[in-house]
Amino acid sequence: MNVWQFIAQNWDQVLHLTLEHLWLAGFATFLAAIVAIPLGILISRKPILSGPVITTANVIQTIPSLALFGFLLTAPWIGERSGRLAILALALYALLPLIRNTYVGIKGVDPAVIEAARGMGMTNGQILWQVEVPLSLSVIVAGLRVAIVLSIGITTIAAAIGAGGLGEFIFRGLAMVNNAVILAGAIPAALLAITADASLGWLEKRLTAH
Amino acid sequence: MSPNPVIEFSNVSYRTADSRELIHQLNLTILRGETLVLLGRSGSGKTTTLKLINNLLVPTEGELRVENKPTKDWDVIRLRRTIGYVIQETGLFPHFTVAKNIGLVPSIENWPKEKVEQRVSEMLQLVGLDALLAKRYPRELSGGQRQRVGVARALAADPPILLMDEPFGALDPITRTDLQHEFIALQQRLRKTVVFVTHDLREALLLATRIALMEEGKLVALLSPKEFLQSPDPLVKKYVAAFGNGELTRTP
Repeated sequence: MNVWQFIAQNWDQVLHLTLEHLWLAGFATFLAAIVAIPLGILISRKPILSGPVITTANVIQTIPSLALFGFLLTAPWIGERSGRLAILALALYALLPLIRNTYVGIKGVDPAVIEAARGMGMTNGQILWQVEVPLSLSVIVAGLRVAIVLSIGITTIAAAIGAGGLGEFIFRGLAMVNNAVILAGAIPAALLAITADASLGWLEKRLTAH
Repeated sequence: MSPNPVIEFSNVSYRTADSRELIHQLNLTILRGETLVLLGRSGSGKTTTLKLINNLLVPTEGELRVENKPTKDWDVIRLRRTIGYVIQETGLFPHFTVAKNIGLVPSIENWPKEKVEQRVSEMLQLVGLDALLAKRYPRELSGGQRQRVGVARALAADPPILLMDEPFGALDPITRTDLQHEFIALQQRLRKTVVFVTHDLREALLLATRIALMEEGKLVALLSPKEFLQSPDPLVKKYVAAFGNGELTRTP
């Protein structure tokens, strides 16, 4: 049985795992974004914090994913449910690109524009929301793009701890020494990553027009 | 002109965080309706002086009064909205349309939408820009058009004071001359109190009511354009000589 026959016969399961995969990666990235974007803004305001925050996110990023899943399995509440655990671990990985790009994006806004804004009597809040954030949006979206692609990739590994997603097929195929099953997980996972990358890339380009 | 001071520097000094003194003991009174040109070479403290007026920088010594009130007693946001600010073209918001750029201060002052729109079209007309440009973005304009938008934006909320930091510096000579003459015509109508920074003596002679020559953070001469050309002061003479004596007297 080749991979296409396998997918045709198990399409409901493929669909289910694809959606689960998307949910894990998407929700984790969303959680990371609501923490990382404000944090990125904060460290652009308080330069003293930028070093420690970025270093911490960097350190998290260097932990091998399987090892991080392993660590978290031993944690009390988190370790009880593998989905919960996977989302937390994925969100931790997504922090770095989001924090870094938000910080770099805001720092990269032309200082002359900021000074003009201040000189015209805009308040700090107005400068942030009407000038700095809109002007760094394309860079923030670029961070989001890296984060979601990264999450989709790591989510395949989350199947190793039973969190679901397309990694299930991959691991099952590996155990069965069945290439068709491996590919039934690998191909949709790759397509998900490529689609996410392309659509956020498109958005990023649109926002860079200015 | 009745001596009605709008901006007064009394013994103002400004030192940076690393203790470099950029402005030293500045005493200068700027009168209502005049165009005071701050003239000097790069690093002489002209721009610093300008930024002290709208409190982008705070004097480390002395007192600066705007409309008879020390800047430190002003609500800084209020102060800045009372003062129009024009800088080289980089100051326009690249993600705002021309209309949104011009209407910015009225908008953040919560003017009703129709009033802002009306004001924007008045301003476009005032600075000689086609109403069709309102929907464009700054990058879609020429340098001269961008600078006109900059002036329109600064004037939109009708501030009594206008600060201009080398506004025509990045323009080609022909466009610059056009804008200088438009500025003169505009100023004759509006009679704002203008503080204008330039290093170009020709521009200073053309636009100024009075010229304040700065050198190393100090005010070295305060003269009318006519007096400036005839001054025996060695520093003034040096500046005039650098621009070629004979040529200047022929400038209209």
